[in-house]
Amino acid sequence: MTEMTGAEMVIAALADQGVEHLFGYPGGAVLPIYDALFQQDKVSHILVRHEQGAVHAAEGYARSTGKVGTVLVTSGPGATNAVTGLTDALCDSIPIVVLTGQVPTHLIGNDAFQECDTVGITRPCTKYNYLVKSVDDLPRALHEAFHIAASGRPGPVVVDIPKDVQFAKGNYFKPKDFSHRGYRPKVKGDLDKIKQAIDMMAAAKRPLFYTGGGVVNSGRAASELLRELVKVSGYPITSTLMGLGAFPGSDRQWLGMLGMHGTWEANWAMHDCDLMIAVGARFDDRITGRLDAFSPHSKKIHIDIDPSSINKNVNVDLAIIGDCAHVLEDMVRLWRASAVVPDKKALAAWWEQIGKWRAKNSLAYRNSNEIIKPQYAIQRLYEQTKDRDAYVTTEVGQHQMWAAQFYPFQEPNRWMTSGGLGTMGYGLPAAVGVQVAHPNSLVVDIAGEASVLMTMQEMSTAVQYDLPIKIFILNNQYMGMVRQWQELLHGGRYAHSYTEALPDFVKLAEAYHAHGIRCTHPGELDEKIQEMLEVKKPVLFDCVVDPSENCFPMIPSGRAHNEMLLGDAATRIEDAITEEGKVMV
Amino acid sequence: MTATTATTHYPAQTKTEAVESRTLCVLVDNEPGVLARVIGLFAGRGYNIDSLTVSETEHEGHLSRITVVTRGTPMVIEQIKNQLDRLVPVHRVIDLTSGGPALLRELAMVKVRGTGEKRMEMLRLADAFRARVIDATSESFVFEITGASDKIESFINLMLPLGLVEVSRSGVVAIGRGPEGM
Repeated sequence: MTEMTGAEMVIAALADQGVEHLFGYPGGAVLPIYDALFQQDKVSHILVRHEQGAVHAAEGYARSTGKVGTVLVTSGPGATNAVTGLTDALCDSIPIVVLTGQVPTHLIGNDAFQECDTVGITRPCTKYNYLVKSVDDLPRALHEAFHIAASGRPGPVVVDIPKDVQFAKGNYFKPKDFSHRGYRPKVKGDLDKIKQAIDMMAAAKRPLFYTGGGVVNSGRAASELLRELVKVSGYPITSTLMGLGAFPGSDRQWLGMLGMHGTWEANWAMHDCDLMIAVGARFDDRITGRLDAFSPHSKKIHIDIDPSSINKNVNVDLAIIGDCAHVLEDMVRLWRASAVVPDKKALAAWWEQIGKWRAKNSLAYRNSNEIIKPQYAIQRLYEQTKDRDAYVTTEVGQHQMWAAQFYPFQEPNRWMTSGGLGTMGYGLPAAVGVQVAHPNSLVVDIAGEASVLMTMQEMSTAVQYDLPIKIFILNNQYMGMVRQWQELLHGGRYAHSYTEALPDFVKLAEAYHAHGIRCTHPGELDEKIQEMLEVKKPVLFDCVVDPSENCFPMIPSGRAHNEMLLGDAATRIEDAITEEGKVMV
Repeated sequence: MTATTATTHYPAQTKTEAVESRTLCVLVDNEPGVLARVIGLFAGRGYNIDSLTVSETEHEGHLSRITVVTRGTPMVIEQIKNQLDRLVPVHRVIDLTSGGPALLRELAMVKVRGTGEKRMEMLRLADAFRARVIDATSESFVFEITGASDKIESFINLMLPLGLVEVSRSGVVAIGRGPEGM
C-alpha cells in the first residue's frame, strides 16, 4: 500500500500491468493523468491526432503482440470519438483498456462542459465498463479492467475516471483476488466431449477444419496445436478473414479463405463436407451465406470460449466450450493416444474432389500490360515482402478482400484487419500501433483511397514518432465494394461511390513530411515497391489501379456456398462441379 | 449463373419457429448500472421483456435477483440465456420454465370505485379471489391480490365493469419447487 493521487495510481497500475506504450490525446478531464505521465519514464505515450486513431492503434498493437492495448482520452468528445474503435474491438474480440477522463463527480449529470454519459454510451460496445466514483475503488477497477480485457473471449474495457478522483489521494494496491465471482471463463474443454469429437473425426469421410480469429486470440500455442492436428489428421482446412495466419497459407492442406469472397474450393468443401470442425469461429453471416442451405450434409463440432456463440446462427451437433489452445491440446493428445486411423480411401476421394475444385482457379483475373490490376499489385507486394519480417494491416473494402486472397500469411498475429465491424479507416492507425510494437519490422497498410482518407491525419503521428509505416493505396477512385454492390444490385447506379476530388497523395505525403510515390503502370510496380521498402520514412504509395475491377469469387446475396459467382477469368471446368451444382451455377 | 434478385447483402431469414414464454431468474451483483446492462441487452438485441422484477435478496453478498419473463423462439431463448450469462456481474441464469415445476406469483393492487349493489359484488368477488381490502372509502376500495398472473388477470377483468379505476402490478417473482436452491 502506497499513498498517492488517483492520477499516479493510473500510471502505477499501467506499469504493474507491463504497459510500455499508451496511445492517447490529452484534454481538460485527463490533465492530472497527463501531468503524472510527464513525471515518469516507465510508460511512453504516443500522441495520436484523433481518438479513433488511438483505439485502432491500440488494437493493432494488441493484435500483433497478444498483449492488451491501452488508450487514454479525455471526457466528452474524447470518449465519443473512441466509440468506433471500442465497437471494432468488441466485434473482433481485441483486448484493449480505454481510460477516459470524466467531469468531477459533483458535476456528473449536470451537462457540464465536455461531459457525456461515457459508461452509458459505451455499455453496449464494451465487454465491461467502470465509472470510478471514489479513489479507493480505482486500483481495483484498473487491474480488473486488464484482467477482463485479456481473459475469456477478449474485448474492450472502459474505465471512466472523474477529474476529482484523479486529484484525490488514496492507497494504491494490486488486488490479489477478483471481485466479480460470476466471471469465470471456462478454458478447459469437457474431456468427454473432446473424446466424442475425436470419434466423429475418425469416422468422417469428408472432414474439414473451419477456423477463425479465436485461434489467433488464444495465442501462439493454439496455432502450433492447430497445425499439428491438421498435419496428423491430413484433413483440409479453411479459415475466416480473422483467422488468417493461424495455419500457413502456403501449405497443401490449406484451401484459402472461405465465405463471401472465399475460394471456390473452400466454400464447396464447406457445402459438401460431412464433418465440420469449427475452431474459434462464430458462423458469421459473411461466412454462412444462406442459412438453410449452409453445409446441409455435415455434422458440426464447434469449439469456442464463448457459450453465446454456440447455436447462435447454426445449430451444431457437438459444442465444446473452452479456450482453443486447451481444447486443441487435448484433441492432439487424444488423437495420438487413440491411434486414430482415418478412412484413407474416403479421404483420398475427398482430396481428389477438392483438387477438381482447386482446378477451377477461382482467384484468376485477367492481367493487363497497360493498367495495374489491384490483384497484381498485391501479388507483387507479396513477392517483394514475403522474405521480410512483415506485418500487414488493411482498411475495409475490395482491397481488404484482395489482400486476404492474394497475400498468404504464414504466421499468426501478422494480419490486422477490421472484420466484424468493417471499419473504414482502421488500417493506417492500426499500422501505427503495430509499428510501435515492432519498431524494426516492416508494417504495410494495404489501403483503399476512400478508407485511408478517414484517418489520414495519423500520418502526422507516424512522422512524429519515426514510424516508417508503408501505406499502399490501391487507388481506383471509387468506394470499390460499394460500387461493386451498386453494379450487381442497384442497376449500376453509382450513387455517391465515386470520389471526384481526391487529394494528390504524393503531395499529401510531402505535406506530412513523409515520402510519396505514385505508380501508374504495371511495368514500374516492382521498382517503386522497392523504393517504398527502402525509404526509412512513412510512405504514401499511390498505386493507381483499374477502376472497374470487381472482387471475385463472390457469394451473392442470400445465396449458398455452392452458388458462387466467379470472375470471367476463372477456368470453366464443368466436370469439376457436381450435378446438383450445375443447376445452380 | 443465376440472376441476382435480392437487393441486400445480408442473408434472408429462412427459418420461422414458434415463440414461447420463459421465466428466467438472473442472480447479479447489486452494483450501479447492472440493471441497465441487463435491460440494455434485451433492448439492443431486440429481445422482449413481458415482466421484470428486481430486488436485493442477499444483503451480505450484495446480490440481487432479477426475474424476467420473456418470449422468443427456442434459439432466441438460448441466446438470451447465454448473452445474460456472459455479462460480467451476472452470477447465474436459471430457466425456471425448462427447469421443472416452478412457482410464479404476482402481486397487484386494484382500485375500484362504486356504490350500492356494485360495491357488494366487488367484495363478493374479492372474497372468492382471496383479495384483501387494504384501503376503503364510502365509494371505493383498493384490493391487494396475489397469485399467478392469469388469476390476477381474471380478477381485473371482473372488476372492469364494476368500476375499475387503476391497477398496479409487481411483475412476476418466481422460485423453483422442491428442497433445492438455484
